[in-house]
Amino acid sequence: MEIKILGSGCSKCKTLEKLTRNIVEQNGIDATITKVEDIVEIMKYGIMTTPALVVDGKVEIKGRVPSALEIKNVLIK
Amino acid sequence: MFIRNEYLPGMKLNKNIAIPLLLLPVWYLTYHNLQPLTDWIVYSVTGLTKDAHFTEALRFFVFEFPKVMLLLTLIIFIVGIVRTYFTPERTRRALEGKKTFTGNVMAATLGIVTPFCSCSAIPLFLGFVESGVPLGVTFSFLIAAPMINEVAMILLYGMFGFKVAAIYVGTGLIIAILAGWVIGLLKLEKWVEPWVYQLNMGDSGLEEEKLSFVNRINCGYDAVKEIVSKVWIYVALGILVGAGAHGYVPEEFMAALMGKSVWYSVPLSILIGIPLYSNAAGIIPIVSVLIEKGASLGTALAFMMAVIGLSLPEMVILRKVLRLPLIFTFIGIVGVGIMIVGYLFNYIF
Repeated sequence: MEIKILGSGCSKCKTLEKLTRNIVEQNGIDATITKVEDIVEIMKYGIMTTPALVVDGKVEIKGRVPSALEIKNVLIK
Repeated sequence: MFIRNEYLPGMKLNKNIAIPLLLLPVWYLTYHNLQPLTDWIVYSVTGLTKDAHFTEALRFFVFEFPKVMLLLTLIIFIVGIVRTYFTPERTRRALEGKKTFTGNVMAATLGIVTPFCSCSAIPLFLGFVESGVPLGVTFSFLIAAPMINEVAMILLYGMFGFKVAAIYVGTGLIIAILAGWVIGLLKLEKWVEPWVYQLNMGDSGLEEEKLSFVNRINCGYDAVKEIVSKVWIYVALGILVGAGAHGYVPEEFMAALMGKSVWYSVPLSILIGIPLYSNAAGIIPIVSVLIEKGASLGTALAFMMAVIGLSLPEMVILRKVLRLPLIFTFIGIVGVGIMIVGYLFNYIF
């Protein structure tokens, strides 16, 4: 699984990255997590609000920090 | 099915709207009985002497703090519900292809209700410009969104009354509309970084979900929890200062620098305000200190608008997409707008 965290480095983006890493670790999910900070790259996903969580190329959550449970639900489908 | 959308934290967990709805009558009863309730607490429970300095200061705080917090809770709840109808995507669609003045009015108005966080300023700017929203119209949005803030509005209402709060919102709108309009007239697209117009923007593929009214109420409830837990301390500080200053502090301290009679006080406080950065809730205690210590209302408000509407960190962020001349033009136009508001307030009050 390929997870990307989109965000230019604000505190919310860092929170989302941390949360996601924790969940991946705790649940033993096989995934690579990349933080995308380049705005041109971010815009390729067509979002207007950061942070965003992208799983295998698909935008799952954008513009907010979701709860841990919500991230878990997105990652374990 | 899971519902995913902008700014709808925790929606999936809280499907129960009983709590927010039960709290509404509690809110009503408390708010309308606050004066006798707080009087009873201050005079009967503590047994303090009436009219003594300390008693009156305590009474001010014990009454004002819950009053402002109650107002804040209700308004954030309502705004939280209203905002579910205005996602950035929808706002963009409404503004696409809109020409000059009408577009500016719409953008500034939508800027108040569309959820906005300054860390999203760049993607938002790019998203708007990409889809053909004119530059000036985009600016009207970017000016109004941070500057007209519901928390600041309530606090101003609570501390200075309806008139001040209404003028704050009204003048904020006018600044955003006119500044964006002028930027549009000046045709400053040449000062936008060229890569912006070559950008290949993708499609997020997130379809817009239909929210039920229950979902929306939950969003309002979540907004209350999120914002109130963040701003209550600033509210407490602001009112504490107000209470403490009630008759205690000499009112001359700021008068020499920010008083009505000092003609340069408005531009000076704007210049001081630009490099400072704070959210709207954090700035209100400072404003209340300034006013208690002799700053005039117009000057203090100009300072507040400069801090939240023209922040240096935001300019640094915007530098990624805008060239310096455009940033300076932007600061200049908005600064002049705030200055006019400052002088206007000083003149009226």
